[in-house]
Amino acid sequence: MHKALLIDPEKCTSCLQCEMACSFEHEGVFNPARSRIKIFEFEHGRYAIPYTCTQCAEAWCANACPVEALTRNPATNAVEVNENLCVGCKVCTIACPFGTINYQSNRNKVAKCDLCGGDPACAKICPTDAITYVEDSWSGLERMKQSALSGHGRPQSDTQSAQESA
Amino acid sequence: MAWQNNVLRIDLTTRAVTTEALNMDWAHDYVGERGLATKYLMEGMDPKADALGPDNMLIFATGPLTGTMASTSGRYAVVTKGPLTGAIACSNSGGKFGAELKFAGYDLLILTGKSETPVYLLIEDDNVQILDAEPIWGTTVWHTEEWIKSHHQNPQIKVASIGVAGENHVRYACVVNDLHRAAGRSGVGAVMGSKNLKAVAVRGTKGVSVNDPAGFMQAVKASHERMAGHKGRMAFTKYGTHPMLDMMNEFGGLPTRNFDDTRFDGVKNINAKAARTPNEHGHTNLIANKACFGCTIACGRISHIDKEHFTIVNRKEYMHASGGLEYETAYAFGPLCGVDDIDALTFAGFMMNEHGMDPISFGGTLAAAMELFEAGVITTEDTDGVELNFGNPEALTIMAEKTGKYEGFGKILGLGSRLMCEKYGHPEVAMHVKGQEFAGYDGRALQGMGLGYATSNRGACHLRHDTFGPDMNDQTGKDKAKPCKDSQDYIAFLDSTGLCLFTSSAGMKKPMYMDLLNTACDHTWSDDEIDQAGERIWTLERMFNLAAGLTMADDNLPERLLKTPAPSGTAKGHVAELDIMLPEYYAYRGWAPDGVPTTQTLQRLGLDDSAKG
Repeated sequence: MHKALLIDPEKCTSCLQCEMACSFEHEGVFNPARSRIKIFEFEHGRYAIPYTCTQCAEAWCANACPVEALTRNPATNAVEVNENLCVGCKVCTIACPFGTINYQSNRNKVAKCDLCGGDPACAKICPTDAITYVEDSWSGLERMKQSALSGHGRPQSDTQSAQESA
Repeated sequence: MAWQNNVLRIDLTTRAVTTEALNMDWAHDYVGERGLATKYLMEGMDPKADALGPDNMLIFATGPLTGTMASTSGRYAVVTKGPLTGAIACSNSGGKFGAELKFAGYDLLILTGKSETPVYLLIEDDNVQILDAEPIWGTTVWHTEEWIKSHHQNPQIKVASIGVAGENHVRYACVVNDLHRAAGRSGVGAVMGSKNLKAVAVRGTKGVSVNDPAGFMQAVKASHERMAGHKGRMAFTKYGTHPMLDMMNEFGGLPTRNFDDTRFDGVKNINAKAARTPNEHGHTNLIANKACFGCTIACGRISHIDKEHFTIVNRKEYMHASGGLEYETAYAFGPLCGVDDIDALTFAGFMMNEHGMDPISFGGTLAAAMELFEAGVITTEDTDGVELNFGNPEALTIMAEKTGKYEGFGKILGLGSRLMCEKYGHPEVAMHVKGQEFAGYDGRALQGMGLGYATSNRGACHLRHDTFGPDMNDQTGKDKAKPCKDSQDYIAFLDSTGLCLFTSSAGMKKPMYMDLLNTACDHTWSDDEIDQAGERIWTLERMFNLAAGLTMADDNLPERLLKTPAPSGTAKGHVAELDIMLPEYYAYRGWAPDGVPTTQTLQRLGLDDSAKG
């Protein structure tokens, strides 16, 4: 059984603790520019959406890599960058449909989410549980539960749930 | 470590850009942000200089904890001589700009001189450019931010800018960053405008390192956990500062219609509950709460205006969400102006953010103008035909926009209450200290607050001291000097760390701040040294003001608070007992009876040199 990052944008306050935790975990420095997870804000901050690698079952980045620097860690199911092999050609950054693997000019290598070896720092630090680390086959469980509870077969509207969390 | 050990200096007259190592002795004595910038200001300019002239210095300052994982680490301060007060101005802000400046590698950005033509700064790590602001001069904060990101094809740039209000030296213009966070008070935006500086745009990719990473992360964890379980934090997250409206109204300390009353009947229409309750069209004002950089509180309100409301019914450009009401904005537009229309308040708030103005000072100035209007001193001939009565929501929203755009009667309102009321021959109508308008607490009901207002180095302000406890327990001037002085010093320290003052109401205690600092920095402070740093910062601000020409006569409250008893509430019949508190306060500070720090006090704080000014 593997786990996956589950992201709930409605809970995100855009505090960027995750970006700092990520850069600290990987590079020992507080630096959102080096984070593997990124928060995007829309409409004057109305929406804040955390975004990172989904660890595709068929990893386009790994398929594209000419030097086989991207391999899957069987323990976590994460596709990881082997920095000894990476030549910084950036082809993977073009191949990724989601843009979640990126070049880091400080090291001339690419970087992506590696789930911190199975204990993701972003999920641990998130103060609102907008980012959680759950069993990957049940990432919809919470929403399914809410739907079941509502009795209408659909989750509450965005506005309602936002008001409750606000 | 923690500090970037790097100061960026830009002379806007000569366009010289230089960097220098941070003076580490000063960093140890003044910590960072507010304190350190005050030291650089005192050493770098003549306090008698014209606040709006080229000899004024404008400093953007981060703290040692800015940009770290400590909660609320997004703060930066803008320190300069203020045009509203003629005293030191020090306004701090959250959002994401401050951390970005730190990530670019700078503790302080020090601006001197004046550019001949409008410019903006683009700081991308070591690459610093002074660029032509002609395409954005005369436009709003919101447009400026969008234009810079788009023009440089980098949405990751963070921007601090001024609107037309700042360009035209509206005395309480602020510096707005990240669309709706502001270094709000004392007119720091007007100083930026006087230098022909439209914006500071920053992209930083260097990050911040700490001295003892393991120890620091332990301190972070402890403070995060403390705040997560704290009731004050939970209330801030859920309601922001908005519930203070009901508290102050019940207590009878809510300044209403320019301090004519201390209670406001319309509170129920503009309070935190109203913001969350659907109106007759099914519209709910409040949408969500959002955080500044690194903040685990997230007190920021995101709101929108009812599409059918008169303010935006034909103006689609304001139908989006943006920064909503917090207590001070709600108070200054609501009770103080007698307006109880929540969407009008929200729209006026949008105007403050879009055009870059301090809502407290704007509200205070408008309330004074309303009093002059109702007294017949000014008429619709002065006010561009607008009926400037208390309670008129259109008067609020129209004048907020006019002042922001620097049009018509807005130009007069842009003077601030003191200059405006002097102009009309009624200085007694202006409710201010040192020229700066009051926050939403009546000094007759909260005595320590009155003392804090009178002695605040940046003019009337509620964030420079904290005497709520003593004020709630006893409504006389007795025993207010000590808590006032002690909290002033403590907050001067807190404001110098890079963290938000609200952490102290959300569970954080002094040992937690010390653990964070002492693990982050390659320097350690003892408990006493922290106390002394706070007192040193406060006293140095005082020395700046004295050198600028202020005297004990400026440590005063308006006659209305000193002579006219509070008409209602728990403090009914009380006046502000400043005559009792002030001498006690001076004595407790080790200042002479004329409010000048004694030689012994200066020596004790290592400020002997500052006496020369």
